Amino acid sequence: MSFWKGCALLIMLFPSVVFAATPDVHVSIKNHRFNPVEVHVPAGQKIRLIVDNQDAMPEEFESHELNREKVIAGKSKATIYIGPLEPGRYPFVGEFNEATAKGVVVAE
Amino acid sequence: MISAAIIVFRETLEASLILGIVAAATVGVPKRGRWLVAGVAAGIGGALIVASMTEQIAELAYGMGQELFNAIVLGTVVGMLAWHNIWMSGHGAHLARNAKQLGRDVQAGTKALPILFVVIALAVLREGSETALFLYGMAMGSQEGLLSVLNGAALGLAAGAAAGMALYLGFLRIPTRWFFVVTSGLILFLAAAMASQVARLLIQGDILPSLASPLWDTSVLLTNDSALGTLLHTLLGYDANPAGMQVVFYGGTLALILLGMRWASRRVIPIADR
Repeated sequence: MSFWKGCALLIMLFPSVVFAATPDVHVSIKNHRFNPVEVHVPAGQKIRLIVDNQDAMPEEFESHELNREKVIAGKSKATIYIGPLEPGRYPFVGEFNEATAKGVVVAE
Repeated sequence: MISAAIIVFRETLEASLILGIVAAATVGVPKRGRWLVAGVAAGIGGALIVASMTEQIAELAYGMGQELFNAIVLGTVVGMLAWHNIWMSGHGAHLARNAKQLGRDVQAGTKALPILFVVIALAVLREGSETALFLYGMAMGSQEGLLSVLNGAALGLAAGAAAGMALYLGFLRIPTRWFFVVTSGLILFLAAAMASQVARLLIQGDILPSLASPLWDTSVLLTNDSALGTLLHTLLGYDANPAGMQVVFYGGTLALILLGMRWASRRVIPIADR
């Protein structure tokens, strides 16, 4: 294979590899509660967690176990990259409404 | 009211501890009070602007605007703290053992005030914008009532400020000859701690690889959200489960500032040789 052909192949492969490696996982916030409360994700690979805050109030997604923290404005979506994770349970909260906004990422 | 108090306390604590350290590092420098107050005021003003633009900032850089913005703010603070430590080492602050020396030290300290003004303004801006956003949300959608939220916020703010004040008063009891070592040591670790946060933000935004996530996990011994964990997190950069890249940033910042301080202090002619 020529050098240029090799380059072209790499360029074609690269985006598919990148996108294949980061699946999207969705979770929404409504009335200061996460839905779903248990977010199942594959272990051992990077995940793009998309949090859709449907409340008017801003929320702060926080997880010490996942080592993540991000403010999400009211009525907006935010993307948080997590992992690759070992199999296990990783709790998270909405810090501004900790009493109700609780959830857990389950890596398996 | 209690939840508002706890959140405001958490958000204010870091800025307050930084203010306490900076206030201690500038003891005896004329007009420092003005600079520190101006820094807090500028930070609060900036925090309100940033809070009101949360959505616009978040949408920048393909949705990674918040991570980038915070990383830039923190990165600037790291740079300023590094500069301060290196500058003060180069001006014989570590040799200041008598009043005459202290005079020279004060001159160097005066020149560092604008830098520390920026440090305080940015620290307050970062924590303040989250506090403002939270209070705004509580005020518009709370079942508790506005007055209760505001009472809680005031309580949290007072507690946060008290922690910074306690740290500052503790510093004042340190003997003069150890003063530079202790304050510059704290600023050193503070800068490294913030560099580690910069790394975390850039990993979260998928701008940097994590290298290992986590590199280790000591949450069994001390969790991040315990009182001691929070304090050590702010002052020394403790993280129960850091990514590999965070550790690289932390160690790299420590090493670079120490090298800079050493290089700068070699250029100072010891008093005995003059």
